Amino acid sequence: MTSANGSLIHLRDVHKVYYRDKLEIPVLQGIDLDVDEGEFLALMGPSGSGKSTLLNLIGGIDLATRGEVQVAGESLSRLSPGRLAAWRARHIGFIFQLYNLIPVLTAQQNVELPLLLTRLSSKERRRRVLFALELVGLQDRAKHFPRQLSGGEEQRVAIARAIVADPTLLVADEPTGDLDARNAGEILTLLQRLNAELKKTILMVTHDPHAAERAHITRHLDKGVLQP
Amino acid sequence: MKYLRLVLANLLRSKRRTFLTVFSIAVALFLFCTLRTVITSFEAAMRASNATRLVVRHAASLVFPLPLAYRERLAQVPGVTGITYGNWFGGYYQDPKNQFAQFAMDVSTFDALFPECVVSEPEKEAFRAERTACIIGRSLARKYGWKIGDEIPIIGTIFPGEWRFTVRGIYTGATKDVDENTLFFHWDYLDQSLPAGRRSLVGLYWLRIASPDLAPAVSRRVDAIFENSAQPTKTETEKAFQAGFISMLGNVRLLLTIIGSAIVFAILLVTINTMMMAARERTAEIAILKSLGFGDGRILFLVGAEAVLLSLAGGLLGSGLAALVFHESDFTGGGFFPNFRVLPETVVLGLGLALVMGIVSGIVPAIQAARLRVADAIRKVA
Amino acid sequence: MSIPLAYNLRNLYARKVSTLLTALGIGLVSWVFIFTLALAGGFQAALQSTGSARNAIVIRSGSTAELTSIVPREVAAQVETQPEIARAPDGAPLATHELVVLWNLERKNGTTANVVVRGVTAKSMALRPGVRLLRGRMFRPGLEEVVVGKLLEERMAHCSVGDRIKLAGRQWAIVGVMDAGGTAFDSEIWGDVELFMPVFDRPVYQSVTLRLDEPSHFAALQKRLESDPRMSVAVKREDLFYEAQSATLATLLRGLGFFVTLVMALGAVFGALNTMYAAVGSRTKEIGTLLALGFSRGSILLSFLVESVLLALVGGLIGCAMALPVNGITTSTMNFASFSEIAFRFEVTPAMLLAGIVFAAVMGVVGGFFPSRKAARRVIVEALREA
Repeated sequence: MTSANGSLIHLRDVHKVYYRDKLEIPVLQGIDLDVDEGEFLALMGPSGSGKSTLLNLIGGIDLATRGEVQVAGESLSRLSPGRLAAWRARHIGFIFQLYNLIPVLTAQQNVELPLLLTRLSSKERRRRVLFALELVGLQDRAKHFPRQLSGGEEQRVAIARAIVADPTLLVADEPTGDLDARNAGEILTLLQRLNAELKKTILMVTHDPHAAERAHITRHLDKGVLQP
Repeated sequence: MKYLRLVLANLLRSKRRTFLTVFSIAVALFLFCTLRTVITSFEAAMRASNATRLVVRHAASLVFPLPLAYRERLAQVPGVTGITYGNWFGGYYQDPKNQFAQFAMDVSTFDALFPECVVSEPEKEAFRAERTACIIGRSLARKYGWKIGDEIPIIGTIFPGEWRFTVRGIYTGATKDVDENTLFFHWDYLDQSLPAGRRSLVGLYWLRIASPDLAPAVSRRVDAIFENSAQPTKTETEKAFQAGFISMLGNVRLLLTIIGSAIVFAILLVTINTMMMAARERTAEIAILKSLGFGDGRILFLVGAEAVLLSLAGGLLGSGLAALVFHESDFTGGGFFPNFRVLPETVVLGLGLALVMGIVSGIVPAIQAARLRVADAIRKVA
Repeated sequence: MSIPLAYNLRNLYARKVSTLLTALGIGLVSWVFIFTLALAGGFQAALQSTGSARNAIVIRSGSTAELTSIVPREVAAQVETQPEIARAPDGAPLATHELVVLWNLERKNGTTANVVVRGVTAKSMALRPGVRLLRGRMFRPGLEEVVVGKLLEERMAHCSVGDRIKLAGRQWAIVGVMDAGGTAFDSEIWGDVELFMPVFDRPVYQSVTLRLDEPSHFAALQKRLESDPRMSVAVKREDLFYEAQSATLATLLRGLGFFVTLVMALGAVFGALNTMYAAVGSRTKEIGTLLALGFSRGSILLSFLVESVLLALVGGLIGCAMALPVNGITTSTMNFASFSEIAFRFEVTPAMLLAGIVFAAVMGVVGGFFPSRKAARRVIVEALREA
């Protein structure tokens, strides 16, 4: 579950280049990063610095152009797309800025989605979903649709979805970006609890210094280069 | 006209959707034109009918013949300026599937009554001179590759046995509606080959009258003469005679119309759906246009014009394709449609239908776009 | 399948109008498909079942229909002495000689049609097991009485029991109505052949129909009769004889129907393609999310394909529902072989309905494949970025 040097996340000399009509756009340059299990890391930087891209590489939804990306013991570039998908389901919990809930499914059904990729019985699935919803304090809203929930509640459902399959790592991209101060605070407290009580490793991208304060460590990214 | 570029740019924004929509409308109109052509080719014979010709048949049924002796009495009826007679032969060439019309006609009067079958004089002479000669239509000649001098064996069904005719002439139709798929041969040849008890029997008489409005009077006169004889007659204009055949087809016309309507309606639904989907995606852009000063009326026109343009393109493609595919084609649907071609009016009707489809499918999105309030839309964009 | 069906069903419902319009379009295509099958099927059923494999019909060699056939009395008499003919309970051979003419009658809607008038004997009805008397009674030989088929009573003017019909200059009383089970005889008028012959001035019969004692004896009978130079007859199995008459028109109807349906299906598929592309387009972010969560591309493809098929199936069911009322409607057309009017009923069978649904499903698969593939192929990070 860990890489050669014992860390959960291990990046060495990682580069990411985007191509647009034969034009090369370098987004990440020579990234070296190690994150241990149980850490709560905040990634900050101006817009365009590549922080979301870095998050995507670690979350396995994008592949590096060059360099070594090892997460949870797997070298991601070596996995076939099918195996990468399965790996993601097992190890990563995503939390997005705009929640990304499926509008036609209820809160309960949204949270259940990652479990559909496992072999759990429907009874077991229901138990875990309820547990996750209780954890985020939304067990009473299980049957509601996203449009019936407030922004803060939607993000909490998204968090419940992210943890329901007990992933190795939580990856959050601007989780409080679309919320007001009070809701943002509640979400961050929730993340802190998940890290402290459930020992969840959390990688969070944010441009809000108040949010970054809640993490253990903050690293800065500028023009694709990770500041020491 | 200056907005044409804007309209075109919008249509080309999603090329795939535009092409799919145009093609589905084209498909519908292609089918519509084909089905309508089925109906119009049934009626081709009616269109080609000569208003100065009457058909005389046995009153009870086509199956019963009339005596040859009627000829003199018929020729003397006031108003009649010419007469010929003939029998439907009803045979086939080699295979029962190869059916086409064959008529045994009185050669001395045939061409006078049927001027629309155009034959050169030398060919006409050769046909008259030889007892076993025949003249065939140009389409028929082309279909089987027959030339002057060829001997054609026909298997008779009403008059059994194998009959051989030598091609001495090929006729063309004076107009496009004239059927060019018939074989005409000598009535005398047929009559003399029959056993004694079955001779001198005529299937149909054709009478020429001086002008079309004499038709009802002359018809009545003829039928009155033979009313109480053993073989009463029924005389009618050629057009009515053909119409009688068509009415025998019963509900075919109705069925084809039903199917045609279903097609158009189905595709209309599909097109409406497409227009509405496209409109939903464009709210932002319409808002921007409005904020730039485009009025509601102009927006209505733009969105409507798109729908109409799409539909007309599809209509042109579909109708044009139908006209092209069946142009000069030898398609006869197994002999059922000797003259299968798409009439110009069918194409025009198809285009008109496409236009209507364009308007109907574009109306709702156009009105919605015209009514859109800029403030609401801009809020969504931001 | 990992992505729940509820996802697809709810999305179809969320875009109600679009779903309904596309489904209706597909439904109409399905309906035309079933309609055509029912039309051709009904027509063929009427003619096919008219004949029986146990009967043989003897007509003049070279004729394809009774109308153009001539069977003189002596020939008919000789045919009826053949050993292969089954015997009636009273010991007489189960054979009949008949006369067929066309007569012009007026339909209820004012137009006219040629109708088959058949001169029959006492054995004629027995030879056709599907034909029975529905109303009234059978005509009495030697009297100017006739019975009519039930479809004639339905469609022609003044054709019920008690009416009089003018044939060959005389008035005939209609004394009964026959039910021939939807076969060609439902559109015929039957009367005494011996009386018809002088009246219609036809001194010969048109055909001899007989019941074989053993169906396998047909070949021997055919060989003997057809090789006799004095008779010049053709012997055919009755069912094949009638089937051949319907073949051309039925084939044409089916051909036209399939052509129309196939082309129409193309148009509907284009519509389905548009709808599904739009659906995929508006759910790009969801697709990205599902992929990020770890759902395989295959499951995305399958999910959208299923959605397309569900949409099409709704259409198929609508098409079937619209097709059911068509069943049993009477229509008519011309039997080109006998040049007479033949009325028949649209016949919608469960097999046809099933075919209509399967056809709709196929349209769903074809119309859904490319959009589904596009959905499955989305690059995750791009999809997530979409608004």
